[in-house]
Amino acid sequence: MRIDDILETVSTPSRREFLKTSGRLVVGFTAAAHAAPLVPLAGAQTGAVQGAGPYPDPDFHQLDSWIVIHQDNTATFYVGKTDLGQGTGTAFRQIMSDELDMAFERTTCIMGHTDLTVDQGGSGGSDALQVDGWPMRRVAAEARRVLLDMGSTHFGVPVDRLAVSDGVITVKADPSKQVTYGELIGGRRFGVTLTGRNINETTGIATLKPVQEMKYVGTSPQRDDIPAKVNGTAKWAVDAKVPGMLHARNVKPPVAGASVVRIDESSVRGMPGFVAVVREGNYVAVVCEREEQAIAAARRLQVNWRTPATAPFPASEDLFAYMRGTKPTRTLDPQANGDIEAALAGAAVRLEAEYEVPFQGHTSIGPAHAMADPSNGQLTIYSNDMKSYGLRSGIAEFLGIPREKVRVLWLHGPQAYGRTAADDAGFEAAYLAQKLGRPVRVQWMRDEEHAWDTKGPAYLVKLRGGLDARGNLVALDYEARAADYCHLGYNEHDTVLIAQLTGRQRQEAAEGGASAPSDTYVVPNRRSLMHVVSLPLVWETPLRTGNLRDPNGPQATFAGESFIDELAAEAKVDPVEFRLRLLTGQMNGVGRVLSDLPDDAGFRRARSIACVKAAAEAYGWRPRPSPGPRGGGDLLAGRGFAYAYRNQTVVAQIAEVEVNRRTGRVWVKRLVCAHDCGLVVNPQALRHTVENAMLHSISRALHEEVTFDTEKVTTVDWRTSPTLTHLDTPERIDVVLVNGDPNPNRPDLPHYGAGEAACKPLIAAIANAIYDATGARIRRVPFRPQRVVAALEAVRV
Amino acid sequence: MANLTLSVNGQRRTVDVDPATPLLYVLRNDLDLHGPRFGCGLGQCGACTVLIGGTATRSCVTPVSAVKGEVTTLDGLAKDGKLHPVQQAWIDEQVPACGYCQNGQMLTAVSLLQRNPRPTDAQIREAMAPVLCRCFTYYRIQAAIKRAAGAAQTV
Repeated sequence: MRIDDILETVSTPSRREFLKTSGRLVVGFTAAAHAAPLVPLAGAQTGAVQGAGPYPDPDFHQLDSWIVIHQDNTATFYVGKTDLGQGTGTAFRQIMSDELDMAFERTTCIMGHTDLTVDQGGSGGSDALQVDGWPMRRVAAEARRVLLDMGSTHFGVPVDRLAVSDGVITVKADPSKQVTYGELIGGRRFGVTLTGRNINETTGIATLKPVQEMKYVGTSPQRDDIPAKVNGTAKWAVDAKVPGMLHARNVKPPVAGASVVRIDESSVRGMPGFVAVVREGNYVAVVCEREEQAIAAARRLQVNWRTPATAPFPASEDLFAYMRGTKPTRTLDPQANGDIEAALAGAAVRLEAEYEVPFQGHTSIGPAHAMADPSNGQLTIYSNDMKSYGLRSGIAEFLGIPREKVRVLWLHGPQAYGRTAADDAGFEAAYLAQKLGRPVRVQWMRDEEHAWDTKGPAYLVKLRGGLDARGNLVALDYEARAADYCHLGYNEHDTVLIAQLTGRQRQEAAEGGASAPSDTYVVPNRRSLMHVVSLPLVWETPLRTGNLRDPNGPQATFAGESFIDELAAEAKVDPVEFRLRLLTGQMNGVGRVLSDLPDDAGFRRARSIACVKAAAEAYGWRPRPSPGPRGGGDLLAGRGFAYAYRNQTVVAQIAEVEVNRRTGRVWVKRLVCAHDCGLVVNPQALRHTVENAMLHSISRALHEEVTFDTEKVTTVDWRTSPTLTHLDTPERIDVVLVNGDPNPNRPDLPHYGAGEAACKPLIAAIANAIYDATGARIRRVPFRPQRVVAALEAVRV
Repeated sequence: MANLTLSVNGQRRTVDVDPATPLLYVLRNDLDLHGPRFGCGLGQCGACTVLIGGTATRSCVTPVSAVKGEVTTLDGLAKDGKLHPVQQAWIDEQVPACGYCQNGQMLTAVSLLQRNPRPTDAQIREAMAPVLCRCFTYYRIQAAIKRAAGAAQTV
């Protein structure tokens, strides 16, 4: 079956026509129960569809841009987000169905198509519900208000004498009098103008429902994207195909910073299906009729490269020595309270430790890809990039064409947890399509993805702590260096890889950032100091940093929460008890009156305490200091605790590990996560997201490291770059959903983010569990067998 | 280029391709079967898995000319509109996140359960280990395989 044949019948022109034309009927559309998100992909063989541009931005001030009610009393929601496989699309339907009072089963949600859905920026920052959920709720509530007004006119009775449920309005006094939303407005425009200074503030005049009146929020309907992903009918960006489409493959510089001297096109010209070699600066691609032909030709193409005169970076085994010795390019303003040096000097016990986290990559299971179609003077990009709106603007800027002529259709794709190379592939496909005047599909090969995708920055963290004579923490000093200079943003026309390789990058590199752990501990003397360092080569390098799921969080928290554990062990206090003392301010009596603290900190702290307690209870945590008693066999068991918050979401985690003292293998056997993200929309989808986020962190804790020599990345496939496998899977995972709000029944309980918070503390929890099991403290990620064995030998285990 | 005839999902299909072409590209680009997906091209991850004669096989490293036997792709796993028990278990356990690798996970599970209808936990881990998931849905996958094995028993 061709992708065009399985496309939804909502055609792009009719939707755009609807948005600008009053009173038009929407034709040929029915929202099927449990339908997958509908994908109005253009049938590009009909030039009329592709020629139907330009593609103006849907106006978020128009209710019709967000919601369409159909004659059969179904509803379609149009939102500017993308669902990367965490169930956000289903959750949007839940919150909007509740506010609209429409049956959930009779709704569908279209996401991330820049010409059809309002620009909510796509996904990122775990903000889908925390930020974007609010305008979605308000517009749905506004639609309900307007429909009730229409019902009032229809029956000639005041609104307060009407009831509404599942899209059916009933006269309370005479339930035989009913009218459906579809009968009132089906297929026609609301014509209602909304207000709000920006899209996040979009609102009508209706009020939102109290949480207690919500029917679908808090339940777990099955995710609507799953059936199509299971039966093979899902629409993927990787499947996008139109007639006349060509296949391209990149030829990357063999070493970082290399430049093209000469290309011998005759090396591939006679190959079957050969179309073109495209080169600009150091960007090189081969284009062929068929995919396997493009792969073969890209491998065969003879390119002479000039190696740079100086090494682009230190080898990975020398990375931390380099980071320690180099002068920072940026030092952030320190966060400080009290007098750290005086407190350390006066402490009864001083502790100092250094932690190291290497570069880690996205290494997506599906290498970056996109397809671009330049038919009829327009440009349509089929992409899984989670920020389709930014991709559109960036490409328009890069190619120098009006935004209105460019659209991005978001389709399912692999593993989009941050700034992936999907950004880069989108620009490359668009560039090649414009250059050749034909539709071009590009996909990176495995070695490109591993070597050249964006990386989470390497971290070197030094911590110092001081305990008083009673074991109270009186001083805590955190100093981090992050290799994050020239951190890439999303879809920037002057930082994407093709902009760098073609010499069109911006003058000034981004200064980059670094983070401290996020906790609500009360420490009287505390300082957090963060620096950014740069590698020698800034542009055209595979060691380019970009957001990787919970950017900086796992690195900073590994150091911070490991060190808290070291302090607890030094004080011979149970690690949970130690943290509770820090959270409640019992230690030092500093936080004796929590209401003295700013509201937000008090609010987060209350929820932090609730999560720490909930995790300990769910695990069956018995208080004792670490390390625990050591068994006599090869397998040593231990448990570790760590906690953090991300924005307003709080997580407390416990890892139980089994360490093989002979082989050094670590198995995280059991996980507990207490998770408070406020109002839970879909508990089951949330639990799965949290489980998967924790396993992502196990993979980063145990396996993942980008290695390189002084000129190229040497982790280039799944052999050289180990990842978590089925063998590592925990035996048991408990996710406890906590509502630690000081006023848990408040009718306006907010919904916070959940995609990333659970990634944050787990690396530390695992390190703490290894210490608990063995008495050996591992301060360098990943905890691969050799490193574990060496750590055990160092303490004679 | 040469004419080659394959039996795929119960149908005979003839394609005109270079015999050395990996089966993956023939299925995806010539036959428009999009279940198998490119992951590594090296046989290391399993995203491209298909069944050949019932055995899970990596189509990215299998030349189309070497294919002997019936090819089943994810697209052809359901019979008469009814999902395969493994597919149903995947929905019941709500397994996929992004879903890109799940083709390989499901077909490898089908192959495992054909050989061993009641695998132990250790056997499931062992058999599934070569199929990678970078959304890390392994916990749910293993639950789904156990569920499917139970369902197969009651049939």
